[in-house]
Amino acid sequence: MAATNYPLESQVADPSLPTALHEWVITVDHKRLGMLYIMAALFFFVVAGIMAAVIRAQLAFPNGKVIPPEIFNRLFTMHGTTMVFLVGMPFLAGLANYLVPLMIGARDMAFPRLNAFGFWIFLLGGMLLYFSYIAGEGLAGHGSAPDVGWFAYAPLTSKAFSRGSSTDYWTLSILLAGIGSIASAINVIATVFSMRTKGMTLWRMPLFVIMLTVVSGMILVALPPLSAAQIMLMVDRYLGGHFFDTQAGGSAVLWQHFFWLFGHPEVYILVLPGFACASEIIPVFSRKPMFGRPAMVGATIMIAAVGVSVWAHHMFTVGMSARANIFFVAATMMIAVPTGIKVFNWLATMYRGQIRMDTPMLFCVGFLFQFLIAGLTGIMLAAAPFDWQLSDSYFVVAHFHYVLLGGLMFTLFASIYYWFPKATGKMLNETYGKLHFWLLAIGFHLTFDPLHFAGIWGMPRRIYTYAPGRGWEMVNLVASVGVVFQGLAILFFVWNIISSLRNGKKAGDDPWDGWTLEWATSSPPPEYNFAQVPEIKSSRPLWDLKHPEDPDWKYE
Amino acid sequence: MTAAETNLEWRQPDRGRVGVICLIITEFAVFTIFVVAYLFYIGKSLTGPYPKDVLEIPYISTFCLLFSSVTVTFAEHALKKGHAGPFKMWLALTVGLGAFFLGATGQEWNKLINHDHLTVSTNLFGTTYYSLVGLHASHVLIGLILLTIVLLIGLRGNAMLSNARRFEFLAWYWHFVDVVWVIVFTVVYVIGR
Repeated sequence: MAATNYPLESQVADPSLPTALHEWVITVDHKRLGMLYIMAALFFFVVAGIMAAVIRAQLAFPNGKVIPPEIFNRLFTMHGTTMVFLVGMPFLAGLANYLVPLMIGARDMAFPRLNAFGFWIFLLGGMLLYFSYIAGEGLAGHGSAPDVGWFAYAPLTSKAFSRGSSTDYWTLSILLAGIGSIASAINVIATVFSMRTKGMTLWRMPLFVIMLTVVSGMILVALPPLSAAQIMLMVDRYLGGHFFDTQAGGSAVLWQHFFWLFGHPEVYILVLPGFACASEIIPVFSRKPMFGRPAMVGATIMIAAVGVSVWAHHMFTVGMSARANIFFVAATMMIAVPTGIKVFNWLATMYRGQIRMDTPMLFCVGFLFQFLIAGLTGIMLAAAPFDWQLSDSYFVVAHFHYVLLGGLMFTLFASIYYWFPKATGKMLNETYGKLHFWLLAIGFHLTFDPLHFAGIWGMPRRIYTYAPGRGWEMVNLVASVGVVFQGLAILFFVWNIISSLRNGKKAGDDPWDGWTLEWATSSPPPEYNFAQVPEIKSSRPLWDLKHPEDPDWKYE
Repeated sequence: MTAAETNLEWRQPDRGRVGVICLIITEFAVFTIFVVAYLFYIGKSLTGPYPKDVLEIPYISTFCLLFSSVTVTFAEHALKKGHAGPFKMWLALTVGLGAFFLGATGQEWNKLINHDHLTVSTNLFGTTYYSLVGLHASHVLIGLILLTIVLLIGLRGNAMLSNARRFEFLAWYWHFVDVVWVIVFTVVYVIGR
């Protein structure tokens, strides 16, 4: 392909710093908003990562004295809330914003201003959450940051047990972040259904776009239970309502149902974008089209459909009826089927491919291994009797960190290495990238492999310290040592971004020899994305363009 | 690509239409949770007043709100045909009916608070009742504000005539508010009483 050079004044001109910043604030361009989302997510990722490091420092040795218990409670609450609502959600919104219009040949999202609104309302939510450190004391002078855990079970959130304003900041911040997520989900769906370029039928869209559309649909139905529950909690706290007040006939378990009715689909909302990235990167780096593309789409839809009916597997220990338990065990185990299909499809894509082990692919391979283990411990926990034994233990902590860090974050890092050249025009350094990967993988396994055993040996989650002599010393020490490696990995990552932005290798339009539309425009793309969109006849338009003798559309 | 496909014009749904449908889906999900909470808590109040003692079925205001869905459809059709006069009349009637509904809700709440001494914090019934009905009333209020803005624009000139597409979305939202009221009415005044 010939390089496309679009002369564009705003990119050629070098505006002064205030003007440049002002442009970022008032922007409604999907690419800039996408980058804002991702930058905010990475910022909060570092903040919440530092919190995790302090938590691990406290737990490294028995009778740890690094921080007092009340600060420990705030740290694990803020760490969890931040990672889910201020890292995972904005990251997926950022990816969707940046890539969906480019991949379907659109000039922008369907509603650019709604898009900007979504980002800024999310950022306000994030700031409110951290503002609680200053203002959480409230008029009563109690508390600081929220300390009720990221799922904030009643009656811990009632006025009696959670004085001051910290829980109110938590509630408001999540409500606002949720509104932002819904705004961006509506935008993605409208963009996908109404803004595709000529020839880009729904079926020809890249798997990434199809999966993010499904995710957006899930957001539409899964976020409202959380918003509604937060409104009820506010009614309880501000107006003296009794939704979750057991003393007046209310139900604490209802909060758990509402929260997990959001909370479990949320896990799939977070991890499906990871699958989406893997489904773009693995084929390109294996030099083969995606194996079993229709099965991939079907599996995604099945995960979404079953994913909304498994929530109470978080509640086996609450004491539900045997029938309810059996239903949720069966539903949860069923989800392993479509997920397994996906893993096999990725493996089959790599099988006999000409694999290039560049950093994006390296992270995807790490993801495959780690997500497999995460899935297996997930099936173990899905069995109610096993869960009765290990619920609220470090086994659960290890399981979901395997899903979200070992699974999701690895694919998100892969996506950064893969699309950074498109967004900035510069390649990320491969050596630093490989250091980043290996240090993170080693650190991740050092931290979370032993924690499975800590859980099996009886260590409950959320304890701020433990007495010596229970056999937990070694696993905890190893887990904390792992944090050092992970921290180093993130340092290499941050340094890689900064140094590559300054003097990275020029990327060119299509550094990975990709097949989807975003590689057909310049790097970085001009404000209007495409002066001319190539003809779309198949799901790999750039393959057709590069290989006119053997185009995809003959077979699709 | 088949020959038929090449000849076909490239047509996609209106983005506003897709967006409004998504908004309505997500709003329905919010209401579903509040309705579930209401149903779950029926008869669980430990103290009075109870629904059967204090709630009166709001026939008239319900009829007004349902009828306003009809009038807004007439307004929509008038706008599509470019008849400015009938459009304004039907729209004004819609606003009036919606405002009457809100007024009736206000009066009902006034009676419940001052006469029956039922507030959000009195008992579980009060908490769920005010939350569910209040959530719906706030949606009526939003719809009413939007309809009023359109009416004011319409009264100042005929700028709305070129915006029939946007008015259609507002009408959809208004129908949604109506449908939700049918559910809320059934749950609160029929099942819950």
